[in-house]
Amino acid sequence: MRMLRAFLSFWYDFIVGDDATIAVGVVVALAATAILASLHVPAWWLLPAAVVVLLGLSLLRASRGG
Amino acid sequence: MSSLLLVISVFLACAVEAVEALTIVLAAGTSRDWRSALSGVGAGLVVLAAIVAVLGPALTVIPIGPLRLVVGGLLLVFGLQWLRKAILRAAGLKALHDEDAIYLRQTAEARSAERVGRFAVSDWYAFTLSFKGVLLEGLEVAFIVVTFGANQHHVGLAVLGALAAILVVVGAGVAVRQPLARVPENTMKFAVGSLLTTFGIFWGAEGAGAHWPGADAAILGLLAFTVLVALLGVAILRRGTGPARPVPAPADSIEVH
Repeated sequence: MRMLRAFLSFWYDFIVGDDATIAVGVVVALAATAILASLHVPAWWLLPAAVVVLLGLSLLRASRGG
Repeated sequence: MSSLLLVISVFLACAVEAVEALTIVLAAGTSRDWRSALSGVGAGLVVLAAIVAVLGPALTVIPIGPLRLVVGGLLLVFGLQWLRKAILRAAGLKALHDEDAIYLRQTAEARSAERVGRFAVSDWYAFTLSFKGVLLEGLEVAFIVVTFGANQHHVGLAVLGALAAILVVVGAGVAVRQPLARVPENTMKFAVGSLLTTFGIFWGAEGAGAHWPGADAAILGLLAFTVLVALLGVAILRRGTGPARPVPAPADSIEVH
């Protein structure tokens, strides 16, 4: 059980890293891009915009010690 | 153009991780036993090579759309994490990676550990320290090699970029016989983070069904955009905290990102 927890913890740390909101935000942004694209609405701008928002929020939290 | 950026990305990412792994292996070798330390390096490289050999061809059989969606998402998460740390370090809010300090700490810890032999290895501590250093530092590079290579259908080219970086770093390490403390690690991490984020945005959006204005040429625009956003982040954080100040080095020495 302890080994399984350590194994899962390693992969969580490997993929998600220090800030889980980045990983969650990327998944949400990709889903939103897919929805817009399926509606034939131009969606290329969404991920660059998401990068600005996600990175900005993450840096803001880190600079405030969060 | 994207093949050149692929090689640059893999080379830089691998060089950064190789510098960090070299520090750990040097500590294990000089303070304990070189034979066991080098056995650990060999075992770590074999595991990494197996991951690339198995995952590389496996990924190329996945349809390009879903592959780009997943790979783009992973690269975007990795890239943003690398960028986040590089920006915080450049702004003085996080300690720079100090190879000399890490080397001294690892050496002190290694000297105090008991010497135990296991299987055919005379010093198990030196073996596991080197093995973990190479495997943990190299795992992300292996993922970058596999995902970049599969997406571009150039796994071989990505492997060459990684091998070139290892040769350069090991060559420099053998020449100076001490940690490569003068390597501008944070600048390299900044570049890797920008490149991973750029490809993550590009492939992620394509995988989700979006179409880029200018097709592949959009990659260069995205790279410029990402670098600009990151530099802006550094400038804003520096303005908020004053000039960059030294921060004590972290206790951990093996970082995934």
